[in-house]
Amino acid sequence: MMIGFYAMIGKKNLVKKVIGMNIFQTSIILYFISIGSKKGATIPVVAHGHAGPLQATQYINPIPHVLMLTAIVVMVSTFGVAMALIIMIYRKYHTIEEDEILKLRR
Amino acid sequence: MTTSSYPILIIVVPLMTSFLIPLVGWWRKHFCYPLMIAALSISTFSSVAILKEVIEQGTLHYYLGNWDPPWGIEYVFDHLNAFVAVIVSVISLLIGISSKSMVEKEFSQKATYFYCLFLLQVTGLLGIVVTGDAFNLYVFLEIASLAGYTLIAIGEDGAPFASFNYMLYGTVGACFYLLGVGYLYIVTGSLNMADLARLLPGLYHSKVVLMAFAFFIVGVAIKMALFPVHVWLPDAYTYAPSAVSSLVAPLTTKVGAYVAIRIMYTIFTPSFTRDLVPAATILSWISASAILFGCILALAQTDLKRMLAYVLVAEVGYIALGIGLANKNGLIGAILHIQNDALMMASLFLVVGVLASKTGFRNIYQFKNIHKKMPITMAIFVVSALSIIGIPPTCGFFSKWYLLLGAIDGHQWFFVAVLLASSLFNAILFFRVIEIVYFSPSEECEHGAGPVGKSLDEAPLSVLIPMILLALGILLLGVLSGKIISTIIQFAIPKGL
Repeated sequence: MMIGFYAMIGKKNLVKKVIGMNIFQTSIILYFISIGSKKGATIPVVAHGHAGPLQATQYINPIPHVLMLTAIVVMVSTFGVAMALIIMIYRKYHTIEEDEILKLRR
Repeated sequence: MTTSSYPILIIVVPLMTSFLIPLVGWWRKHFCYPLMIAALSISTFSSVAILKEVIEQGTLHYYLGNWDPPWGIEYVFDHLNAFVAVIVSVISLLIGISSKSMVEKEFSQKATYFYCLFLLQVTGLLGIVVTGDAFNLYVFLEIASLAGYTLIAIGEDGAPFASFNYMLYGTVGACFYLLGVGYLYIVTGSLNMADLARLLPGLYHSKVVLMAFAFFIVGVAIKMALFPVHVWLPDAYTYAPSAVSSLVAPLTTKVGAYVAIRIMYTIFTPSFTRDLVPAATILSWISASAILFGCILALAQTDLKRMLAYVLVAEVGYIALGIGLANKNGLIGAILHIQNDALMMASLFLVVGVLASKTGFRNIYQFKNIHKKMPITMAIFVVSALSIIGIPPTCGFFSKWYLLLGAIDGHQWFFVAVLLASSLFNAILFFRVIEIVYFSPSEECEHGAGPVGKSLDEAPLSVLIPMILLALGILLLGVLSGKIISTIIQFAIPKGL
């Protein structure tokens, strides 16, 4: 997460910033997925015709995974918007280096 | 649980219409605008109906798909968010009506997509307000933000770059919020706000809960552009097209402030935010500096729209100060200021949009004698400006009054001084503009060198009517603010304050 954060702040190239943003978001997604795991547990699919009460400790918690499906969608669409914006910026300034754009806009 | 379907109509109608609009746009382009207005009207009507129901019966719950909380997602309406939902939907309806002429003038080919994104933005903002689920709030936050990034990028010269910066900041804010949700989920195993509020008090001394709280507050502060992390706001709102900035500027920051109230006083109890961690104190000091810096930076601007953006930073500071004071009057002031500031900012940004599209100027020194050309527009500008300064009977006075009372109740004399000083700053800011417009010598015009002709050239009717309604709203809600507080806001104050 900190690597991504550094890239967003420290790098001058806009595409590198976006890559940093992606690393940042991916780390959060992995963090959520790690929440759900349990030692010695299996996938949360109840076998057909399962009898008796279910043991919660035998199954991985599926809710964080489901939440992260939504977060992945958000991440992909953010990435798409970011790329579209970079294309717009490139067409206008013919560069994607932040300091050169700032120089041009002065 | 309620059986009426108004709660879901608020969200679903704009959402579905926003997907319908591009399809209709392929077929008949001019159907898009009435379709958008119809959707916004329905959601405004349902939010008003809900507010009425809440006033009569108290808190409403709506279970999506009949799944009981805490497993399913529920929409909760109490006095606070029913009130904010009405503000958001009414203002977006008014801005929606006024957007037509600006859209046709600035980017007529992209009108279809503009209406689609406009509705998505409104959906996101309303969704943030009505949801009772912490993760659902994140999803709506991102819907609103993504629509916002793209809408801002439509604008003029520097817009894509400003929007890109906004996106970097906004993503960090949303991710921090998501991390906060994750931490709370580890310790409680729940995502429902009411359930969290029930489970958390036993865990207040856990470091995980403290981390979650810190992530929440920093994330939301980025979204609502509180002072040290406000950097994205002036650029983004200055370069955005005027139809967009008049929607995004009043509402996004206000909804962020609402989320802050929700987190600090619903998910966590007031005693936690005030006594266990000094969060409220830190927040009020930060917002006091936000007010001062916003005002001082606004003084340095000559571009009217950019000046308004910095005034907005200061206004966010007011709301955050009211939240941070953490007493009854302060919070009343904050909630009232959410409403008032949404009105004032909407009308001011509309006026600036009209001025920019009619004259092509944005520098305040170019607006000499423009009142001869646009008397009604400038009158509305003066009303909103007086309200921001805080002169009775405009509504800005009353929210500042309650903020002052809150500061006095808390014996925070420094904040009293800041509030009074900021009124002075605002007076300097707006009287400078008013003086240039109304009282500058008109020799230049007579020589024909000035930008203003003699003829009357008022804004188009579709913009004028929303502006007049907003200005009337500023005056009326100022007069009626006692009634608003006694029927709605006093019930929105959490217990224990």
